[in-house]
Amino acid sequence: MNAPVTNPVVALVGNPNAGKTSLFNALTGSRQKVGNYPGVTVERKAGRLPLPDGRIAELIDLPGTYSLTPRSPDERVTRDAVLGHLNGEKRLDAIVAVIDATNLRNHLRFVLELRRLGLPMLVALNMVDLADRDGTQIDTERLAAILGLPVVATVAVRRRGLADLAAGLAGVLRGETPAIAASPNSDIALLQREARAITNVVVTAQGAQRRWSQQLDGITLHPVLGPLLLAALLFFMFQAVFAGAEAPMDWIAGKVTWAQAALTISLPAGALRSMLVDGVLGGVGAVIVFLPQILILFFFILLLEQSGYMVRAAFLMDRLMARVGLNGRAFIPLISSFACAVPGIMATRTIDSPKDRLTTILIAPLMTCSARLPVYAVVIGAFIPATSVGPFGLQGLVLFGLYVAGVVGALVAAWALRRTVTRGASPTFLMEMPKYQWPAPRDIGIGLYQRAKAFVQRAGGIILVSTIVLWALATWPRPPADWNRPPLEYSAAGRIGAALEPIFRPIGFNKEIALALVPGMAAREVAVAALGTVYSLQGVDENHAEGLIDRLRGTWSLPTALAFLAWFVFAPQCISTLAVTRRETGGWRWPAFMFAYLFSAAYVAAGVTYWTAKALL
Amino acid sequence: MPSSRLIERLSRGEVMTIAAIDRAGLDPETAQRLHELGFDEGVDVELLHRAPFGGDPLAVRVGNMVVALRLSMARLIEIAPPQNSQPDSPPVSPPAL
Repeated sequence: MNAPVTNPVVALVGNPNAGKTSLFNALTGSRQKVGNYPGVTVERKAGRLPLPDGRIAELIDLPGTYSLTPRSPDERVTRDAVLGHLNGEKRLDAIVAVIDATNLRNHLRFVLELRRLGLPMLVALNMVDLADRDGTQIDTERLAAILGLPVVATVAVRRRGLADLAAGLAGVLRGETPAIAASPNSDIALLQREARAITNVVVTAQGAQRRWSQQLDGITLHPVLGPLLLAALLFFMFQAVFAGAEAPMDWIAGKVTWAQAALTISLPAGALRSMLVDGVLGGVGAVIVFLPQILILFFFILLLEQSGYMVRAAFLMDRLMARVGLNGRAFIPLISSFACAVPGIMATRTIDSPKDRLTTILIAPLMTCSARLPVYAVVIGAFIPATSVGPFGLQGLVLFGLYVAGVVGALVAAWALRRTVTRGASPTFLMEMPKYQWPAPRDIGIGLYQRAKAFVQRAGGIILVSTIVLWALATWPRPPADWNRPPLEYSAAGRIGAALEPIFRPIGFNKEIALALVPGMAAREVAVAALGTVYSLQGVDENHAEGLIDRLRGTWSLPTALAFLAWFVFAPQCISTLAVTRRETGGWRWPAFMFAYLFSAAYVAAGVTYWTAKALL
Repeated sequence: MPSSRLIERLSRGEVMTIAAIDRAGLDPETAQRLHELGFDEGVDVELLHRAPFGGDPLAVRVGNMVVALRLSMARLIEIAPPQNSQPDSPPVSPPAL
């Protein structure tokens, strides 16, 4: 075989809290490509790393794992990739093992396990600054000599040691590392002891570790202060989502209105103009306007994840989760589902018990995802007065109440599911609590960009297609000349809405709602776009966000509005969620079940809300 | 003083050594995960926190790591007073609270 000049493929491998992704971000910057491994839903992150010898390495950030004995699909990807039989992945030319200098004993054990593979390898001794601050000194040369591997000290968050790492990697790829005498041990306990013995030799001064991290835990894990702090953090987060996004949302709404006006002037009246102005700009604009809220939510979740607080939240919640048959580990996917159920359901792959994982997947859509925010925002804006209750806005309080309703609904659903369809052995809770870290702005920025991009891509395509389809349905067939009622009622959409109305009438929904729920099946926020299209096509106002709010206020009764909110706490309206559930559970059985149980719950909740409100008001 | 002690009975700042892990009470995967998180005979442990709402799970320092685990699993770990010449477990001063 001739050897063309190919880019070497190098993987970053390490324990979950070794700072691997920070190092990956520091090495590759924005030159990253995020994709998926074929057949599995594990994310594949790759980037380009220029080496000092002129070559460019393809760097892959493999999922963090504690060993090569996998327990989850994520960990299986890492094992298969380093063993060289992962479908869709090239054979690795070298490994960079990322280890935490403050946790040498445990991370070296994994290095010893990786070394047995015989691949060219380099050790990145990360977070040396933290070890330094603790007063821990590590003899790097001695460590390299004992391991028979090059060792480079790095501080990923401060971009220290990156050039050394690239130079070391170039050397490793040229085959400059002497042959490795692999450890004869394969048993984990023996590798563990070997790692401890090495640590005792190379650590020349042992400091008192993580003192401030443990002191902080004294507050965050305090039996009384801890839960209060968690509740306060979540409450603050949701207030920020609602209040902080106001100015940019107004700005975007203004731009959309401007674009609509510009198009209306520059295009001749007709089907094309109507489609662009009312279908495309109206539909997509009404959703893009909520991007600031989604970004703020993602920002908080990234902050909680990267600071190490998310695991503390799981610890605090484990007892309550155990009461409904879940474990604290499910808390992280469920919190992620507040942004979007799709990454939340994908994050359940870290849950090792299959029954527990399935239950978590089934209740994940009950967490109020950001796609519901547009719906909530419009209806709250229209029907809840912007007064304040003490220091808080009433609108924010109602929003918080809807989030709480979703959480309570999820807990009840989990309790019921664990006693019926997912009955089985109770899972355990066993988790590393990493030390607290200041999140690096670069890591937050890259994470925010990647998540927002994925969200817009996922939502954008579905929304664009469905708003155009809805526009067509709402436009044709055109009414005859002597039709004196709104044209919409003559169109295909009007007829579908009329046909569905009897099903939804008992829970207080009118024909327009029934109509909006159909395209809203694509994604929840499309319901807003659909309402906008439906009502603006009825020819009242071209200005969407405010126009729609005024329009709803004049058309809906308060019980109907409240029933609509209750419906959306449970509604199973998201094709993406059902699709990802099918992928993760390997068939249509569980998504079908999910749809049926959520639809029933939504119908009952909306009905109870409607009739209670009607009786009281 | 009882001959076998449990992590949940440790008082604040008290450091002990793992004497035995009852692997028969664990499925092999969970036993492996315990080792991956640093549990092993001869490693020092310290009870750091008990969760609210009933004191379960526990946050335990094991070697250099802090690990959260439920009481049911912590009871499979037997601890003993540390031997003085314990090279594996350098003494770590308890946090000043």
